[in-house]
Amino acid sequence: MSATASISVRGLEKSYKDNQVLRGVDFEVARGTIFALLGSNGAGKTTAVRILSTLLKPDAGAALVEDASVVEEAQRVREAISLTGQFAAVDEILTGRENLILVAKLRHLPSPGDVADGLLKRFDLVEAGGRKVATYSGGMRRRLDIAMSLIGSPSVIFLDEPTTGLDPEARLEVWRVVRELTAQGTTVLLTTQYLEEAEQLADRIAILHGGTIIANGTLAELKAMLPPAKVEYVEKQPSLEEIFLSLTGSTQAGTHQGGQS
Amino acid sequence: MTKHAFADAGTLLGRSLRHITRSPDTIITTALTPIAMMLLFVYVLGGAIRTGTDNYVNYVLPGIMVMAIASGIAYTALRLFTDMKSGIFERFQSMPIARSAVLWAHVGTSMVANMLTMVIILGVAFVMGFRTSADLGAWLAVAGILALLTLALTWLAVIPGLAAQTMEGATGFSYPLIFLPFISSAFAPTETMPGPVRAFAENQPVTSIVNTIQALFAGQPVGDDIWVALAWCVGILVASYVAAMAVYRRKIS
Repeated sequence: MSATASISVRGLEKSYKDNQVLRGVDFEVARGTIFALLGSNGAGKTTAVRILSTLLKPDAGAALVEDASVVEEAQRVREAISLTGQFAAVDEILTGRENLILVAKLRHLPSPGDVADGLLKRFDLVEAGGRKVATYSGGMRRRLDIAMSLIGSPSVIFLDEPTTGLDPEARLEVWRVVRELTAQGTTVLLTTQYLEEAEQLADRIAILHGGTIIANGTLAELKAMLPPAKVEYVEKQPSLEEIFLSLTGSTQAGTHQGGQS
Repeated sequence: MTKHAFADAGTLLGRSLRHITRSPDTIITTALTPIAMMLLFVYVLGGAIRTGTDNYVNYVLPGIMVMAIASGIAYTALRLFTDMKSGIFERFQSMPIARSAVLWAHVGTSMVANMLTMVIILGVAFVMGFRTSADLGAWLAVAGILALLTLALTWLAVIPGLAAQTMEGATGFSYPLIFLPFISSAFAPTETMPGPVRAFAENQPVTSIVNTIQALFAGQPVGDDIWVALAWCVGILVASYVAAMAVYRRKIS
């Protein structure tokens, strides 16, 4: 296992009764990078994250997080990590600020109130901070959830499908936050079923399918696995946007927008 | 690893107590049904029940208190179930905190909530004519037995709170407990009950607990009842705690 790996997984297996979810999973995540575990529903992404975050014991194999075994040294692993699960794990009855203070106290930080205020500002929740979380929108909840995960500056953050159920705008916000994390040297393991999310965020992408990793590499490497790009001529119909823009006369904006494919 | 166990449990207790102060209805509804029962028995049925005492409020109060505790602990199961389903339980479990702190916080909350319910019920009972010759020692003994019963039944409630798949499953276990006082000496003496019913009534935990508290309030000697009551409470506590921790370990590994 390489010295720079923040997460290192070897031969991980896990079954639920007769259902073998993980059949020997191997991967490594380099420190300070974003690693995306891509897979369809039920591929075992959440099972892998639950094992790495010490919530579940594997049947076989070894997993190290920051050089500590998730089975034998679970408490050391918990010191290093933070988990943001598939559903926002926030306390609905408390206010946003109280949620942050709760986690800061549980992390035994010296001034929980200041930590909370700083994060409210950073996540654009200052106004909502005094309101019960039950009144928050999905995007606000997710932001608070991620803010709670950052308390205590964990070196590894697990994000299990962080944008599932969010509207496009909230999704972009989450992406922005995740990018900021790696700028500070945090290692991020993210699971997603959205190909675009992996493409946008991840330094490396691993595809989990049938209980094993069937592909693992950078986006460029994964693209290179397929036959080289073919040039095809396709008749291009104008989009409604182009029709609209040409009719209204703002063609300049049209060419600018059209450059995305 | 348990260096911060008490601090963590205290932090989590504060969180869960805040849930109660934000929705005090949980305490009011817990107290309401037993109070309605007390009114019903004292003002409707009590006149026809021969208990050998002239103050029927004094007679029913202990049974009403047991009933209130039995319904109050259902909220522990409910709060625990909600934590499990919402994912916040997993957040706590993935943090470097003493793992048992999560459960103890809920247990502590139940103790506080049930104590408040007891105070409300006592207040209503005084208004209805409850009088006691209990001295400080007897009051402390009553408080001690009720606290021990609450602790034992709360750990019992932890089991469905952790294991239940639905909210109904989490709270449904408390209904038989709430009705247990009816088949005991809580509302009428056991002497008039037919053989098998009387045998059940005299040998189930509520009767010894109720008899003990009745005697303590009346300033009379408690006899062997207090030892039977304590044995029941400790027995339920130990069995429930062991079972709850077994379920807990299975849930978190």
